[in-house]
Amino acid sequence: MTDTLQPETSPVTRTLPRGHITADVLKDAGITFVIALLLFGSIVGLRTDTVNGVLVLIPQFGKALALATAVAVGRLLLDVFIWRRMTDGRTFASLIPSALPVLKVAGAVGVTFGLALYSIPGFRASLVAGAGSGHPALGAITDLITFACESTFLVIAAMSIVRAARLVIGQTPDEAVGQGILRRFTADFGREFPIALLLIALALPMLTAGPSQRYAIDTATQILIYVMLGWGLNIVVGLAGLLDLGYVAFYAVGAYTYALISTQFGWSFWVCLPLAGFFAALWGITLGFPVLRLRGDYLAIVTMAFGEIIRIVLLNWQSLTGGPNGINRIPKLTFFGLPFERTGDGTFASVFGLKFDPLHRMVFLYYVILALALLTNFITLRLRRLPIGRAWEALREDEIACRSVGINTVTTKLTAFAIGAMFGGFAGSFFAARQGFISPESFTFMESALVLAIVVLGGLGSQLGVVIAAVILIGSAERFRDLEDFRMLIFGLSMVLVMIWRPRGLMSGRTPSAFLNARKNISGSFVKEGRG
Amino acid sequence: MDYFAQQLINGLTLGSIYGLIAIGYTMVYGIVGMINFAHGEVFMIGAFIALIAVLSLFALGVTAVPLALLLALVIAMALTGLWGWAIERLAYRPLRNSFRLAPLITAIGMSIALQTFVALTQGARSKPLPPVIRGGFTLSEGNGFAVSLSYMQILIIVTTVVVMAAFSYLINSTSLGRAQRACEQDRKMAALCGVNVDRTISLTFVIGAALAAVAGLMFLAYYGVIDFFVGFVAGIKAFTAAVLGGIGSLPGAMLGGLLIGLIEVFWAGYFTAQYKDVAAFSILAIVLIFMPSGLLGRPEVEKV
Repeated sequence: MTDTLQPETSPVTRTLPRGHITADVLKDAGITFVIALLLFGSIVGLRTDTVNGVLVLIPQFGKALALATAVAVGRLLLDVFIWRRMTDGRTFASLIPSALPVLKVAGAVGVTFGLALYSIPGFRASLVAGAGSGHPALGAITDLITFACESTFLVIAAMSIVRAARLVIGQTPDEAVGQGILRRFTADFGREFPIALLLIALALPMLTAGPSQRYAIDTATQILIYVMLGWGLNIVVGLAGLLDLGYVAFYAVGAYTYALISTQFGWSFWVCLPLAGFFAALWGITLGFPVLRLRGDYLAIVTMAFGEIIRIVLLNWQSLTGGPNGINRIPKLTFFGLPFERTGDGTFASVFGLKFDPLHRMVFLYYVILALALLTNFITLRLRRLPIGRAWEALREDEIACRSVGINTVTTKLTAFAIGAMFGGFAGSFFAARQGFISPESFTFMESALVLAIVVLGGLGSQLGVVIAAVILIGSAERFRDLEDFRMLIFGLSMVLVMIWRPRGLMSGRTPSAFLNARKNISGSFVKEGRG
Repeated sequence: MDYFAQQLINGLTLGSIYGLIAIGYTMVYGIVGMINFAHGEVFMIGAFIALIAVLSLFALGVTAVPLALLLALVIAMALTGLWGWAIERLAYRPLRNSFRLAPLITAIGMSIALQTFVALTQGARSKPLPPVIRGGFTLSEGNGFAVSLSYMQILIIVTTVVVMAAFSYLINSTSLGRAQRACEQDRKMAALCGVNVDRTISLTFVIGAALAAVAGLMFLAYYGVIDFFVGFVAGIKAFTAAVLGGIGSLPGAMLGGLLIGLIEVFWAGYFTAQYKDVAAFSILAIVLIFMPSGLLGRPEVEKV
């Protein structure tokens, strides 16, 4: 529904003349200050603390005042510099082209800086340490900026390599055929992004060195688990349009399947992996069956309830799952039967004549999860070409029309649940094998919400969007680990801001699998989301 | 029988609290059509503001407990209402006409942010408040088991009834209530008829938050301990209650709240306390499978 009758503009900005700070803006900032002071004063102003077993109040009005001032000043600046400019009918987005040269220069500087950071050993570490000695937050921000520059440089470099390779084998983009080399090189450059990303992912263990290598590989593994979960959930939410808030249940089923079978019967990871997927899919069907009749938000709440039920059962079935203590000493992943051990015969290191290094195992884990994630992506992309994939997308767009043309909605929904759950199960058993320890604490509702946030922020149904969202969300959460407490605050607020900025997700364009005459991208705003 | 009566009293008390939170969910869903996931956090903030208000009133020398509680209630309702307004203004209004999942994601983000914000500013440890109201009646005694009805429980049930009555009057007989019902039916048409839709939606959030603050104060007084995480569990239960009663239906929310409270208490009383949440969620699933729009909800009309 569109309320065109009440356009969404702040009353202040509508009446503002362009120019300097006016009384209106000041009044607006003043009101903001009063409201913010009331809000923060009520929670920040007095801190409750237990002293000798008795609750006492510790005044900290200064903090509340500072926060409220920050909010009011922020609003004043936004009023003057951004919202004001939109009064003559221009939107914020329309300002971007005029800023394009600036952005290009900034990008070039960033990439050069990235090259410098990347090629001069120790430069980055000393930079971050230097800033960090001033204030931990400053260090974290420097870390983030340098990291962004480095990764931009890496991505651009990889894209250039892909484009160069394409030109060498004679694949010139259509619109640049017969033109100069520079034009042929830059035309439709963004197209190389997915392949460049894949190249970087494949070469990642080689790209880092020194003390940060372990950390980089570990973080990348963590991100890939979420990419895989996101791709799995994307089948259910993005393709079939069924809002599932209990996806973590299947992740848990996979993890506990591997943990229980391997600790009880000693079966290897590669035998348990298909089993974990199978059991998770079975649970997907079992849980999917009762909710077939439910639509939209009712479906969401029941799937959430199922997720919670599984978690509570895991928590309380002491004899099987170990309850809150979880399962310990889950066998680690082996290199197709060769364990990654320091000593002994037949270990990975001794067979290949290498010196033992804990890194071997991490790199192997990384490639395993990369392979699993790519498998998920490949199967999803192929399924979208099959009748069942088309049926999912049709179901998302309109369930009644779907039934009318004779699609069996029961099997369509159940396969979506089952296949989505299966990938969740795979990811779960990998998680258990990597951690060596699992407990119900890893499978809370927040995990489901996080995976859903990755899918929605990335853009429903977009495979690339999931990767970008996972890198941003999980990667930044990992990098800000030093700022333990603020991390989740920033995380939550940035979820809100990104959603307001791009409600359709980062990659909101959608390429329908079925098309008439020619394939073309359509904006996400033309696509209705499913009512499940 | 005595045991049953005791569980009934406990269940009704808990159900009243859930019902008050559930109304916030169901009202927002009725008007805006979104799940306000941050509502559990609003409840938690309400409880915290109530705690701070009670403590400061005691410190200021207001020692008469009824007066202090009443003042704390008013303060908590006003300030939590302001929080509800601010959350709507920041996180939901910009996405009013966006697609369905967008406000759900901002709500989840808001929920995470508010939880961490309170944990940061108020400390992560739980806050014990000594019981403010002691004593009660003993209804029957015998077989070594006494059925007791504490003053606190009476207060909670009576407050809920009073608040519900006032709230029903507001919805059924005032111009604000009429505007809300109009927006619920057709927002565009309501706007054409001169209803200020933005203001009505804002006030809906304020009312929902104020009711959550009432529930927060009662939760604090009944259990005597809160922490930054109480909003999550209570929010999920209350949301379950709203769906069980039929989301969008106000009597349904209250009924759902009472049912969830009773199921939980009876299950914990007669079976195992660990699985009380499983029982509540299972009942929800079973009811929804046979009545897909809840107990009192209107069935969704399929349009082509």
